[in-house]
Amino acid sequence: MSILEETAAAASEQLPGAEIDIEPETELMTINMGPHHPATHGVLRLVVQLEGEVVRDLKPIMGYVHTGIEKNCEEKAYWKVIPYVERMDYVSYFFQMQAFCGAVERLIEIEIPRRAQYLRVLFCELNRIHSHLVWLGTTALDLGAISMLWYCFRERERILDLFEMAAGQRMHTRYFQVGGVIEDIPLGFEDKVLAFCDEMPGRVDQYLALLDRNEIFLQRTKGVGPVPRERLLDLGVTGPLLRATGDPWDLRKAEPYLVYPELDFRIPVGTTGDAYDRFRVRLEEMKESTNIVRQCVEGLPDGPFIADDRKYVLPPRSELSTSMEALIHHFKLVTEGYRVGPGEVYNAVESPRGELGCFIVADGSARPARVHFRDPSFVNLQSFRDMCIDGYIADLIANLGMLDPILGGVDR
Amino acid sequence: MPDAPGLELIRSEINERHEGAVVDTSFDHDQAALIVDPEQVLAVLTWLREEPGQAYDFCASVHAADYLPADPRFGVHYELINRERRERIRVKAMLPDPGRLEMAEIDSCTELFPTADFQEREIYDFFGINFRGHPDMRRILLPEDYVGWPQRRDFPIGGEPVLFTNDEGTTPAWYA
Repeated sequence: MSILEETAAAASEQLPGAEIDIEPETELMTINMGPHHPATHGVLRLVVQLEGEVVRDLKPIMGYVHTGIEKNCEEKAYWKVIPYVERMDYVSYFFQMQAFCGAVERLIEIEIPRRAQYLRVLFCELNRIHSHLVWLGTTALDLGAISMLWYCFRERERILDLFEMAAGQRMHTRYFQVGGVIEDIPLGFEDKVLAFCDEMPGRVDQYLALLDRNEIFLQRTKGVGPVPRERLLDLGVTGPLLRATGDPWDLRKAEPYLVYPELDFRIPVGTTGDAYDRFRVRLEEMKESTNIVRQCVEGLPDGPFIADDRKYVLPPRSELSTSMEALIHHFKLVTEGYRVGPGEVYNAVESPRGELGCFIVADGSARPARVHFRDPSFVNLQSFRDMCIDGYIADLIANLGMLDPILGGVDR
Repeated sequence: MPDAPGLELIRSEINERHEGAVVDTSFDHDQAALIVDPEQVLAVLTWLREEPGQAYDFCASVHAADYLPADPRFGVHYELINRERRERIRVKAMLPDPGRLEMAEIDSCTELFPTADFQEREIYDFFGINFRGHPDMRRILLPEDYVGWPQRRDFPIGGEPVLFTNDEGTTPAWYA
């Protein structure tokens, strides 16, 4: 039954005997949404065909923030690429770094110290919470829950403070380096993270209390925009969108990297895959990520935070004034960078939006011959049409929010 | 990942069915890749997807690379996953250099993997590789009126002459 017929049936129940015209309006209207629409979460333009209020066709048009990052990377030494790739998906920068550094590490086959692996997982999971908080705040805002934005950004602020404390930058930290992380965490960092971990699950419960019993929010999300699991798989959709349909596909479990196999966490899944399930899956993921962060802090091993391979890793600052060799290595690494033998790898990590893959072709020089990111936002956006077709235009906004595309990642 | 002998098995099985489809294999950094004849790439992808013992039915990514000055020059990569066995395999089709202003051609796999839609358009956009049978082969990230294929390795970076209406006709492709 189409949505028009459903509405007509509901109306005739309430008004027995009344003549309800369910003849669909034949006139289609094409309207333009965006690119500067606040509800498109970036500069996404949609060309929507409407029949009355019902979406009949939809085309996303993107490329408004394309900045040629992949091309720029070809001109940079490997270590200089890291700040570039962070700026693709600007909400989940630690994952971009992990995808890129992991790919280079596979190419040069360098071993990462365990402390560095723990720190990487710690920051990735903090970043996942941060990313979901930005998503929750903006999406709830789109659905009319304005106060959610302030609550979410309050917690996000604490995460950014943690990033600043460890890396000196709040966003785009350049914290991961090939071989490990650039600096050890400062004194007192662990306590602050643990304090955050104590608070966060309660905060998630508060968000749930605010939204999960909110009649408006429930009506705008329940049963909205479901796409069958098979269709999502055909469209290459991964991440919370796929897990909301009950498919527990998560690269952290499926193809474990770093120290994820040693950590105890669960993969939240939904049942029907509508907007409400996507919302619940992400909220549960925040709790699980908090759990992982706590395990990382409590189990953080001692030892070096970056590999001790002078061919690829900068020597410690203290050695520069005493060791000639360290100075030579430093000079060589900073001016030319390290060379990576010919080869190509595809390294995938589970970002907050799904499979984030980094494909690198190395030609033996100090610069990558090709860097490509398989961005989950870009691929997931293809399912947007399926979500919105034959639904109301107001649901389109809810669907876009629940899809959570980051246009910096889509356009690169 | 299928291991190196497993990869050879896949290769011989495909070659039995489709002669000369798999040209070569590579197993680098624990990643398995089949290098296939671009004319038969659809046959190989279909086989990998439909064959009961293989079932690589999830296409994670389609991307391309320019291997200039190697010949054949362009590589189109398909990253497939068997989600049950959690195995990945890469299918790589190498396309010859079509010349500076010409386009290389390969069959589109959108019928088989609808996810390739945007990604093939992206490859078309940046490398000038035409996907035969793609429903909507247009630029996706760059402006519609953009001239040139910027991810090609011989695409000049830096200066870009300004085109005026009076020299539009004489320099239709300024980078050539």
